[in-house]
Amino acid sequence: MDLQLLWFLIIAFFWAGYFLLEGFDFGVGMLLPFLPRDERERRVMFESIGPVWDGNEVWLVVAGGATFAAFPAWYGTMFSGFYVALLLILAFLIVRVVSFEWREKRESPRWRATWMWANTIGSTGAALVWGVGLANLVHGVPIDADGHFAGDFFDLFSPYTVVAGLAAVLLFAFHGATFLTLKTTGDLLGRARHASRRLALPAAIVAGGFLAWTVAVAMDKNDKDLFPPILPAAAGIAALALAVVFAFAGRAGWTFTMTGAGTVLLVATLFTGLYPRVMVSQPEFANSLTVEGASSSHYALTVMTVAAAILAPVVLLYQGWTYHVFRGRLGLEEEAGSPVDLVARKTGGD
Amino acid sequence: MSTLAVTTVDLARIQFATTSLYHFLFVPLTLGLAPLVAVMQTLWHRSGNEAWLRLTRFFGTLMLINFAIGVATGLVQEFQFGMNWSVYSEFVGDVFGAPLAIEGLAAFFLESTFLGLWIFGWNKLGPRLHLATVWLFALGSFLSAFFIIVANSWMQRPVGSTVTDGRAELTSVWELLTNRFAIWAFVHVILVGLTTAAVVILGVSCWHFLRGRNVEIFRPAAKLALIVLVPVSAVNLLVGSYLGEVVTEYQPMKIAATEALWDTEQPAAFSLFQIGGFSEDDQTPSFDLEIPKLLSLLATGSLDGEVQGMNQLQAEYEQQYGAGNYVPPVRTTYWSMRIMAYSGTLVFVVAALAALLMWRGRLERTRWFLWVAVGSIALPYVSALAGWVLSEVGRQPWIVQGLLETADANSPSVSTTTIAFSLGVFAVLYGLLAVVDFVLMRHYARLDPPQVGGEGDEAAPALGY
Repeated sequence: MDLQLLWFLIIAFFWAGYFLLEGFDFGVGMLLPFLPRDERERRVMFESIGPVWDGNEVWLVVAGGATFAAFPAWYGTMFSGFYVALLLILAFLIVRVVSFEWREKRESPRWRATWMWANTIGSTGAALVWGVGLANLVHGVPIDADGHFAGDFFDLFSPYTVVAGLAAVLLFAFHGATFLTLKTTGDLLGRARHASRRLALPAAIVAGGFLAWTVAVAMDKNDKDLFPPILPAAAGIAALALAVVFAFAGRAGWTFTMTGAGTVLLVATLFTGLYPRVMVSQPEFANSLTVEGASSSHYALTVMTVAAAILAPVVLLYQGWTYHVFRGRLGLEEEAGSPVDLVARKTGGD
Repeated sequence: MSTLAVTTVDLARIQFATTSLYHFLFVPLTLGLAPLVAVMQTLWHRSGNEAWLRLTRFFGTLMLINFAIGVATGLVQEFQFGMNWSVYSEFVGDVFGAPLAIEGLAAFFLESTFLGLWIFGWNKLGPRLHLATVWLFALGSFLSAFFIIVANSWMQRPVGSTVTDGRAELTSVWELLTNRFAIWAFVHVILVGLTTAAVVILGVSCWHFLRGRNVEIFRPAAKLALIVLVPVSAVNLLVGSYLGEVVTEYQPMKIAATEALWDTEQPAAFSLFQIGGFSEDDQTPSFDLEIPKLLSLLATGSLDGEVQGMNQLQAEYEQQYGAGNYVPPVRTTYWSMRIMAYSGTLVFVVAALAALLMWRGRLERTRWFLWVAVGSIALPYVSALAGWVLSEVGRQPWIVQGLLETADANSPSVSTTTIAFSLGVFAVLYGLLAVVDFVLMRHYARLDPPQVGGEGDEAAPALGY
């Protein structure tokens, strides 16, 4: 396999990993105003993602860094072209990051409500804009003959890309609710189950519809055949259907596996629909950026391949181990809190 | 070039400068506190002395508050290259992108994962394993510093690459990673981090001495801070000075501007303070306090070394790169270097005085000095920010030394209005973060170190709720 294709796949892999992992912590954030009945339950929700959300977000940093290194022209055109969208994402992610730390710093209910909402708005907003943004890669944006973005912020919105944003929000909410059914106990668990069931059908229908639409868009705007994009799309629709079935059958573990698979296959469908281009240009299709045209030199890609081959397995190993360490359910009796307070409290040991 | 285009670049530069400097307000403290908190926890692990555990918790809390903003603002840095500087990104991606991507894989994953394990793993991991997590966090932050410095140093001294078809291409990753500029800048940044953290630990301890509270707990903290601070701040002055020699070799114009040296001198005197002499039309200062031969020593390592002046370098660069102005803003570089060096020296003086007082057993009673130590917390920050201003402004007009000019590197598709809008968003957001962060840091720095063990643990006053 040539290195350009390999790096296209690696970048797709990092995006898939990012949405698979951050997807459920976005989902937990979205549900914060709705599931918990009191402060202790809110803390359990925060602690369910407390140890892992930061590591999850690094998948995004690496996806961005890998794009910069392997496809500089893609990185430059995409990041400058999606300027306002990315600015919004940054703002959403920043308020979200600090909300984890700061919410517990004051007792005032208003203060805590403020930062809880900051987390919810940040999680929902970032998911929405990422959906819109990535769908535009396939749907196409105006690019000039020099490979520069030639549109404005509003060019990013079309019925298809808006549905992409909604699909991301609903799917992550479903993914997050299901995650909570695996991590909580008692009344909160009951409400998480209820939420997971309520979200199952809308999420599956919108995300499934988006998958089918993506195949159509790839054929229409990116000169693709039905095959191969139909493969990940069909598998994704099947996974989402199974997620609904499992959610109603009360099989939490399987539901989560299927919401995860649906998320990964959604990214796979987008990238399959995109190849061999990295950014489709519309209306001037000939100006589209391609994997070959946007990539770094063979030597740079070789260096990166060696680095990734050494580092990525190690990362997967210790990140997997972290999930293993924090695999248990969080009871209400176990104190939850923000990282800062946990350090202050838990350093005492048993 | 039209006025409009200049404005766009200017705004993009203002945004990059403010967000980077803001980001770097948080970086050094994390870089330094990570290993020092790890040392504290190790001392507790080895000795069983509860004071070290309480200090681990106390300074660990400050480290986390600080780290959160570092993470949030770090993301902006990565995105900003593509958002505001797409031409730059496309030009340098082949070389500059690799250390950035490797930084994510090698360092950010390590930092974030093991910090999560450290915070939430106190009761889930064995004590040795838990101790290892904080050391791995520290390793992650060091690796992160290394790779980003490698990337930045390539902009100062592009090595291991060649320009082909209008873009830079990597030819030797080994040369990139062992860039002499990068090695020394990395050492410098690590020492800055340790200095910052040690000054913060010392200042916070002295504040508690002033209040007569928790003296038994903070005495060992102050001692640890000074054991680190005295040698590190001294060595860092030497390393910084040596880095100046490295700069002289690869960026002579930066040094000439830093010294407001218009004409080549041999030997060259070092200007301590001058009025005027900062522009092409006004090359002679109306007042100048100088130390003979010192600049030769600092810039070349020899008392009689020749230091090139801006006029000669300008002529040389016009020959080499064509017409243009190759002189960076002289006043800014001149003063940023002096602010950096003078406040860095002050840190050493404060550290030496503190060590002397502690040795005589008078530190905790010398109230005027305790206030000085508290106030000195600002010094390493001032010094570090001035250092970055010097490093980046001194490289102008180049964004990549000798290869690409800043004025040609911004995103053509991004309008002035858009950048002005994003600048506004960042100003509001970062302003809010700064206020809340300062209030929180001050609050937690003034609390008693958390109690450990027994019933007091749950009811510790440090919890804030």
